[in-house]
Amino acid sequence: MTNSIREIEGNEVIFIIGSNTKETHPVIANRMIKAYRNGAKIIVADPRRVPMTRFSELFLNLKPGTDVALLNGIAHVILKEGLHNKEFINNRTEGFDEWKKSVEDFTPDYVEKITGVDRGDIIKAAKLYGSSQRAGIFYTMGITQHTCGTDNVNAVANLALITGNIGKPSAGINPLRGQNNVQGASDAGCMPNVYPGYQRVDLPDIKHKFESAWGASLSPHAGLKSTEMIPAALDGKLKGLYIMGENPVITDPNIEHTIKALNAVEFLVVQDIFMTETAELADVVLPAACFAEKDGTFSNTERKVQRVRKAVIPPEEARDDISIIMELSKRLGYNMEYNSPEEVFEEFGKVWPALAGITYGRIEKHGIQWPCPTKNHPGTTYLYKGGFPRGKVHFTPTAYTPPAEITDSDYPFILTTGRNLFQYHSGSMTRRVKPIETHAGEPYVEISPSDAKGLDIKDGDMVKVISRRGNIKIKARVTKKASKGVIFIPMHYSEAAANMLTNDKALDKHAKTPEFKVCAAKIEK
Amino acid sequence: MKKLKVTIDGKTIEVPENTTVLDAARMLDIQIPTLCHHPKLTPFGGCRLCIVEIKGIPRPVTSCTTPVSDGMEVTTSSPQIEDLRKTVLELILSDHPNDCMVCEKAGDCTLQELAYFYGIRENRFGGERRVYAKRDGNPFIERDMEKCILCGRCVKVCDEVQGVGAIDFTYRGFKSKICPPYEKDLNCEFCGQCVAVCPTGALTGKQWSLRGRQKDIKEIDTTCPYCGTGCNITLHVRRNEVVRITSREDTWNEGWLCVKGRFGYKFINSPDRLKKPLIRIKDRSNSLNDIFREASWDEALDYIATRLNEIKSKHGADAIGGLSSARCTNEENYLFQKLMRAAVGTNNVDHCARL
Amino acid sequence: MNKNITIQVCMGTGGIAAGGLEVLDAFESLMKEKNIPAEFKKECSMHKVGCRGLCARDVLVDVIADNRRTIYQYIKPEMVERIVDEHVVGGNPVSEWQVDEDYHKFHEKQVKVVLSDCGNIDPEDINAYMAVDGYKAVEKVFTSMTPEEVIDMMKKSGLRGRGGAGFPTGVKWEACRKAEASQKYIICNADEGDPGAFMDRAVIEGNPHAVIEGMVIGAYAIGASKGYVYIRAEYPLAVERLKKAIKDAKERGFLGKNIFGKGFDFDIKIKLGAGAFVCGEETALIASIEGQRGMPRAKPPFPVHRGLWGKPTVINNVETLANIPYIIKKGHEWFSSYGTEKSKGTKVFALTGKVKNTGLIEVPMGITLREIIYDIGGGIEGGKALKAVQTGGPSGGCITPDMLDINVDYESLAKVGSIVGSGGMIALDEDDCMVNVAKYFLQFTQSESCGKCVPCRIGTKRLLEIMDRITKGSGRQGDIELLEKLSSDIKAASLCGLGQTAPNPVLSTIKYFREEYEAHLQGKCPAKACREMLTYHIIEEFCKGCGACLRACPAGAITGEKKKPHKIAPEICIKCGACFDVCKFKAVGKE
Repeated sequence: MTNSIREIEGNEVIFIIGSNTKETHPVIANRMIKAYRNGAKIIVADPRRVPMTRFSELFLNLKPGTDVALLNGIAHVILKEGLHNKEFINNRTEGFDEWKKSVEDFTPDYVEKITGVDRGDIIKAAKLYGSSQRAGIFYTMGITQHTCGTDNVNAVANLALITGNIGKPSAGINPLRGQNNVQGASDAGCMPNVYPGYQRVDLPDIKHKFESAWGASLSPHAGLKSTEMIPAALDGKLKGLYIMGENPVITDPNIEHTIKALNAVEFLVVQDIFMTETAELADVVLPAACFAEKDGTFSNTERKVQRVRKAVIPPEEARDDISIIMELSKRLGYNMEYNSPEEVFEEFGKVWPALAGITYGRIEKHGIQWPCPTKNHPGTTYLYKGGFPRGKVHFTPTAYTPPAEITDSDYPFILTTGRNLFQYHSGSMTRRVKPIETHAGEPYVEISPSDAKGLDIKDGDMVKVISRRGNIKIKARVTKKASKGVIFIPMHYSEAAANMLTNDKALDKHAKTPEFKVCAAKIEK
Repeated sequence: MKKLKVTIDGKTIEVPENTTVLDAARMLDIQIPTLCHHPKLTPFGGCRLCIVEIKGIPRPVTSCTTPVSDGMEVTTSSPQIEDLRKTVLELILSDHPNDCMVCEKAGDCTLQELAYFYGIRENRFGGERRVYAKRDGNPFIERDMEKCILCGRCVKVCDEVQGVGAIDFTYRGFKSKICPPYEKDLNCEFCGQCVAVCPTGALTGKQWSLRGRQKDIKEIDTTCPYCGTGCNITLHVRRNEVVRITSREDTWNEGWLCVKGRFGYKFINSPDRLKKPLIRIKDRSNSLNDIFREASWDEALDYIATRLNEIKSKHGADAIGGLSSARCTNEENYLFQKLMRAAVGTNNVDHCARL
Repeated sequence: MNKNITIQVCMGTGGIAAGGLEVLDAFESLMKEKNIPAEFKKECSMHKVGCRGLCARDVLVDVIADNRRTIYQYIKPEMVERIVDEHVVGGNPVSEWQVDEDYHKFHEKQVKVVLSDCGNIDPEDINAYMAVDGYKAVEKVFTSMTPEEVIDMMKKSGLRGRGGAGFPTGVKWEACRKAEASQKYIICNADEGDPGAFMDRAVIEGNPHAVIEGMVIGAYAIGASKGYVYIRAEYPLAVERLKKAIKDAKERGFLGKNIFGKGFDFDIKIKLGAGAFVCGEETALIASIEGQRGMPRAKPPFPVHRGLWGKPTVINNVETLANIPYIIKKGHEWFSSYGTEKSKGTKVFALTGKVKNTGLIEVPMGITLREIIYDIGGGIEGGKALKAVQTGGPSGGCITPDMLDINVDYESLAKVGSIVGSGGMIALDEDDCMVNVAKYFLQFTQSESCGKCVPCRIGTKRLLEIMDRITKGSGRQGDIELLEKLSSDIKAASLCGLGQTAPNPVLSTIKYFREEYEAHLQGKCPAKACREMLTYHIIEEFCKGCGACLRACPAGAITGEKKKPHKIAPEICIKCGACFDVCKFKAVGKE
């Protein structure tokens, strides 16, 4: 997030696109509701009638995968109405004129045809967002999990740029991160192309800096992304895989494919707190400590570093990950010696200046948002206050490209996947919580009343959902939440796993994010 | 903003417009008892405990609902006021089970606390007590409406903060009751905000039952392990078990949580937890017959090191990959990538940001 | 001669219940059948009118011929033909069906302002209202008065809220006028909920346009563009007439856009209450209009500053609003010529209980209670002794016979521990147990408490429990003192007017009839009204052994042979009183 969760209550306009905030980020939704009570106007753009629509001034019920068209269309109207912030565009951006041409074709009529959103609503949304000086955009995987995910993100950014809704409080571009420390894992350099703090591995200066800091020689080229490791395993290029706290069998697209790949790996180590579907395939399984059993920090979606504290001791011989990694490293001939997580954190701060000012002492009670370069820096609640790090920011034109797999007479439905309020990700934690299982323990497919009627499906019927990858048997939930032609399956349930059906071949060309949000499917009774 | 001068119990303070008498008193560290008031919710004025005397107003008024006006003179405690508060408390307790001995909330209950400070041993107003046979069948929240004092906090938090409105006041008079429509079982988002703001034992977590009361509990502040919002939570620990999760009102998330954050903690003590390192014993004829055997840490780690070194020497470091976790701490992630890069020698390290 | 004849049939809810519709039907069909206009050259107009007060004598029918009004009482459809034949055609009123002296005495001391057109005009006909100068007040205000002048006139008139609290209307309007806001509201409170009260219903049923006219003037004075009438759903006829009146007024341009071309818009919506007494409390009423549960909110802030949807709002009672057109038309001096120094004008009361003439009355403020009970009410029925007059409904108190010369106005009634309230007035005689009367009102307020605040929700319940045990003979020593203490705490600590006044009937009866409470604690109900405290026995010398009591007894407590004195077994008797009621020989005694 460029901005902070607390700032939301000061927003005039909240534009939620591709985020089921009320279910996936309920406490952020509380802030939005607070803003709503203060008079903020909420726009929701989503293929599903998600619960936040209860508070929305405007609900743009777009077809899955047509976000670029919608966002370009909104930009088109903002320009046409003259609502763009000329001063901001002149002073802080470049490439405006070229980009402007790229949205010229996206008239409300044209966008209505692509997205299915009423042209009047597109204009209303543009006026609402475009006339506000305190407007923030909020999105999650509904934007990123597409073959055009990077374009989607750029289209979102362009909207913020033309209206100048960035670099100030209660505005910004705000991806809501789905996992407790997905921000931190990225910050810490668990990415194949960057070291901690997003410092590129392919830049020699940076490599030297880390080599001297770590006392080891490092690889000069970027590694494989997770979605590239799976095919590499099948190709025989990847022989050994060490997985710490992930369950790709359930969370990656096309489960059969993932299992095949993990079986193809010569040596698989899985370190986890439960015998997950992925751990079942491992050669060695290491028992780890869970969040309540260790000290450390998490960084939330607004870049806030907060303390994690040990409250209980791990069961039997389970160990925290730090001690496991240190022990293994030693055995691999590279000594890592830390007396506490705090020492690790201090080292992290030494290699990444944005974290340098944060200490355990300073975040004892309240977290601090990076960048926080010095010990007396208060942290940064919103980014780009004085300008962008690289001077002027460039407009990136975004063309509309349809999803990789489109519906046809064999597979007439668009399947989209995601989370529900009660379960979490692969379910390894929540599915072991009895009340949650009692209340929301059963997989289901959401289908619109009109589609259900057409297929003679009643609420609660067992149906078979089939894609080109596989099929699952699952209970039908007939609900107005689903739009006509679009069905939804939550990802959490291994017994009827949505990812049996999803498309592993469709990845965003830059980020390699799978297109979980669109694949073609059919339903049989 | 306009500042208003108010004198409370002889102490004077300047406060912004629209400050309530109660808030002004709290700024002066003057204690006024309350039950229905909650700082994050709109004032209610139902419990009548926070009544004060204001010069020029003939009857006592509730400090939680009365805005300060310039030059106002307030008395928060007088024999008449204390006497009225005592009557109100006695009335509440006359319609309360008073079974503190077996109540989950004992020791952490505002009503109990007030009864103690007002020394209510005898009750002049014994009489009929509301008795409800039916229990709410939802799996998360125990709703013991006999203990409900109708302070309305749950109703307001559900509407104002959560935007759900799953419950409201129903019936009239002595029979007034807070419940879901048609007295059905609660079926809502189960965020438990209502539980968090309940001043008595009327609303508690079903999982908390008989797991220990406040006096036995150690509280540890930490961060929620679920979504990226990063709510601040407090683990309540008794005998090496997390028995309850709450969130403090002074956290950035204002004490609000969701169903997973508040009620989704039992996995910690799940019998399914991995407890020992395991090594696969392969059945060469049929991989379905593979089994795991327990191993010591030394054996498991030595084995991993050997195998990884073998691959590295045969195929190079880039034949090894590592997937880290968006669930683990910054420190663990930092060390994991350092392990892959410095110890193994590859940049093949990633995590599930995209999933 | 006899060219123009007007027939008016009372068609308030009371009139309709007594058969008013059928009576009017009978007139209409007979006129046609007998072809009166053609045959006898007589122009007859027939219409329904609103309540005229003495509902006990419905159906009341007025025949106006030769400018002479003849009033018939207790008219049934089958009696119509004779009236038509003898009076309408023959010109000779049917004397034995005319109202008697009492009827005239009932009206003699009344002064009708609010009710002046009620009972004379057809409430469903805007022309009828306009024929009696209806909407002339609006015209005057819009064409010749500033809002400030209107407010000034209200202040000078001394009009005070008729809903109970008696707050000066002009002052209320002025506060709302001065509040700065983009939107303001005026609400007519027609949620008349006191048991036995029907003043507001009668006004709306009898003259709805007066209320609307009052609202338009109020809206103009405070600057409100929207108004609501919050009215009980239990008043279907009033709602129906109000709806029609609003529609007609809109058609004539008295409501809607640009009234009298002055660029002032005002519209009225009707909001039906769902039968909660507490919604008569103004903040609860506001919550109810907003779609919330009708629970009162703490004051301050007062509605004139933060009312409906948080906007400045004036809430006036029906009777208050109905006064306004008359004040505007006739001047504040005229209005304030009625009443006492601080209570001006008239007040409508619903006179009920043990008086001979029960019904709706309008009297000048300051009239004595004696005049109301004995002159208007015709005294106590059956020659029994007056024991007390209860005023102000469930929030009110009792006045004893020794205080009958008290002036009926806000101050004087408050001085003796009662209130004017919305206008309930109940006469009680020696058969009424004062403890029981207080319990009755308390039962009502307890069950109508909204449940929000502790003193009202639980406190009144505890009061009621104590009252209950006293009337059942199981009162304890100290109960009277406990009632007094709890009552005063409830009054002091409750949130809204409901709780703050709920103990009044208890405190007032203890104050004036403490000995009755004490007698109950001794096991006696002096009025012999508390059944549970009585014992029934057969008085042998009167008993004829007819067996009626034996057959009536649901508990089988009575035994005896035919024609011989029967016996009641006290251990089986459930004290239902059935034997007492059936015995023709006064042979069942109760003590």
